[in-house]
Amino acid sequence: MLNRDSLDFYKLNGLQKVFYKFLWFITAVPKTALNILKKAFYSVRDFVFKTFSVIRNIVRIFRDGDIYTRISYFIMGFGQFFRKQPLRGILFLAFQLVFILYMLLFGISYLGKLDDLGEVAAVTVINEYGLEVIEYKDNSLQILLYGVLTLFFCLGFIYTWYVNVKQNGVAQTLINKGKLPKNAAEDVRSLADEQYHKTLLALPLAGILIFTVIPLVFMVLVAFTNYDYTHLPPSKLFTWVGLDNFKSLLGVQVADGKFAFTFGEILIWTLIWAFFATFTNYFLGILVAMLINKKGIKFKKVFRTLLIFTIAVPQFVSLLLISKMLANDGAVNGILLQIGVIKENIKWLTDPILARITVILVNIWLGIPYTMLIATGILINIPADLYESARIDGASGIKRFTKITMPYMLFVTGPYLLTTFVGNINNFNVIYLLTGGAPKTTDFTGGAGYTDLLITWLYKLTLTDNDYKMAAVIGIMTFVVVAGISLVVYNLSSSVKNEESFQ
Amino acid sequence: MKTMASSVFKKKKAWNFFVYALLISICSIWLLPFVYLIFQAFRGESSGMVSYILPKEWSLVNFKILFTQTSFLNWYINTVIIALFTAFFQTVIVLSVSYALSRLRFRGRRLLMNMILVLGMFPGFLSMIAVYFILKLIGFTGPGSVPGLILVYIGSSGMGYYVAKGFFDTIPRSLDEAARIDGASRAKVFYKIILPMAKPIIIYTVMMAFIAPWGDYMFASLITFGYEEAYNVAVGLFTFLDREHINNYFTVFCAGGLLVALPITVLFMMLQKYYVEGVTGGAVKG
Repeated sequence: MLNRDSLDFYKLNGLQKVFYKFLWFITAVPKTALNILKKAFYSVRDFVFKTFSVIRNIVRIFRDGDIYTRISYFIMGFGQFFRKQPLRGILFLAFQLVFILYMLLFGISYLGKLDDLGEVAAVTVINEYGLEVIEYKDNSLQILLYGVLTLFFCLGFIYTWYVNVKQNGVAQTLINKGKLPKNAAEDVRSLADEQYHKTLLALPLAGILIFTVIPLVFMVLVAFTNYDYTHLPPSKLFTWVGLDNFKSLLGVQVADGKFAFTFGEILIWTLIWAFFATFTNYFLGILVAMLINKKGIKFKKVFRTLLIFTIAVPQFVSLLLISKMLANDGAVNGILLQIGVIKENIKWLTDPILARITVILVNIWLGIPYTMLIATGILINIPADLYESARIDGASGIKRFTKITMPYMLFVTGPYLLTTFVGNINNFNVIYLLTGGAPKTTDFTGGAGYTDLLITWLYKLTLTDNDYKMAAVIGIMTFVVVAGISLVVYNLSSSVKNEESFQ
Repeated sequence: MKTMASSVFKKKKAWNFFVYALLISICSIWLLPFVYLIFQAFRGESSGMVSYILPKEWSLVNFKILFTQTSFLNWYINTVIIALFTAFFQTVIVLSVSYALSRLRFRGRRLLMNMILVLGMFPGFLSMIAVYFILKLIGFTGPGSVPGLILVYIGSSGMGYYVAKGFFDTIPRSLDEAARIDGASRAKVFYKIILPMAKPIIIYTVMMAFIAPWGDYMFASLITFGYEEAYNVAVGLFTFLDREHINNYFTVFCAGGLLVALPITVLFMMLQKYYVEGVTGGAVKG
């Protein structure tokens, strides 16, 4: 195989060059995969090493510790309190008391039920008036939710405990050297200076923990349960089922064939959609930007402002409206009929193939203004002398576009393209507001239709089917797809960038 | 020589004419839905979908129906409250995170950024299912959706720090260093030096945070599920278009859509300079 920078490569014609570039791309994939595995291995190894060093540290501090330090292992904040850091000491002790109280009152019971998510959902009892009433006992949903919260609380406690131990170690060494550890005023001051990142990040990270991390852990766990409409708490229980849901996703049993088929079809369409939605917008947006930027064209600002107008109007208004305009008896068909372009209604959104094309077309309508803006910003930055010298060398307009404009654009917008691609995989609005996933088909399960993406299917599984277990599985699969694509593109993009420097 | 020059000139002129024609047709296609929206909002003779564009009778009846027979005013007030709170808190959070990640160096910074990147690869709706259960426990769903939705929108907003961080990265570090040498704390550098220079990105962040709740259907429909009074405008207006309502409410939907689109569009067009700056700046830096 030819080397990338060998002279022979430059003797080849265009088609052969494309062929070789493709070949390089393919051969780079296993190497990239290996690199990713290697990186994963190293990070696991680092993590293990780190854990060991933390444990060693804990043992060492205890061994070398004085009486205050050692008592702090059991009563948090003890050492701090007697080393003139009363504020820290009180805070640690308060946290420990809250933790113990919580664990005794709720935590332990929830953790204990976590193994089977409850045993009795509801019992019918006779109340004091002799009437039968249902008394709810174990609620699997609450057990799982509180269980996860408790686990995170425990992790937080262990971390705080370690911080407490470490602080004792540090303070003790400082005092042995004849220095004083920080007092409360210095602590507060450092929160505005050396420790300022803690002040800035505390609240946002707490938000991310509560609204993203814990919910995600919970949902990932749900993927391993049988939580669906036949197991809805509080009247029913759900429990762990291991990998069953993933098996039915892959269609291991024949009975799950339909689900596996639907998933496969929707996954493929999601990828096709993301590809076309991203690249049509990208190239057409650049084209429009270049048209507006063209020398000798006046009213640049007017054209740009008119297009920006579409970004300004909330998407749900424009998308819902367009979906009604494109309905079988909608305005578009009405006008086309009136002026005699068509004889019968075009099934814009009800024919399986045409609906898929229509959503991509509408997405172009929606997306071009964004790309136009971004492209304009970059086009202005391309040095004009590049074009000038190319013109003097006799390069045609098309050549200048493929050899200067596009490489430059691709180089700068590489990360943007990836984010847009990922954004399109999860593009709920365009699909749901435009077609709602329709046209539906009985070939698919879970109320899915031909234009449904993974994300809209996930939405339907949750809201209309209450099939939480499969929703969780689909969500995880979406993550796997997105993460896989991102990893490969990210790792390959360095080689792409190297290639750029030759052009 | 002269004829050649004039033919080049003519060719150029023809080409420019073609470009103008193309641009004008593009712009009219792009504006068509909005013209349609306005026409339908003022159509008086019927309220279903029709296959013509120009109304036969102009009237304000749709707006009257909107405010007297539907909960539109409720939805509008809900959305305004949500948008105001979201704009404020989200801006504070985004600015804090992006400043910390751009300017401060601390242990775990890279790890934190990588973790946020990985978390962002999960579909937001997945975590939202669990958030719904959590909010339900404290009564912030259904009738109490307004505070619930505010929490939903601001909860994870620290993950959207990229554009603002890109902006902070472009402010020369020598500025902070000079102030630090003069004895200013890191907090003071942030408030006194960086924030005053960050006006464009602050306006951009406020604007995006304010506009997003107006168009959110996915999260709002989940959190408010089944409680009409608690809907935001997107979920509320969407109900006008389902099968049993569309014949009586299509023009009412258009009227509502117009009332939603109008303030947002005006705001956006007024501040579009900052939007363009944010979007292009973010893209150039990735």
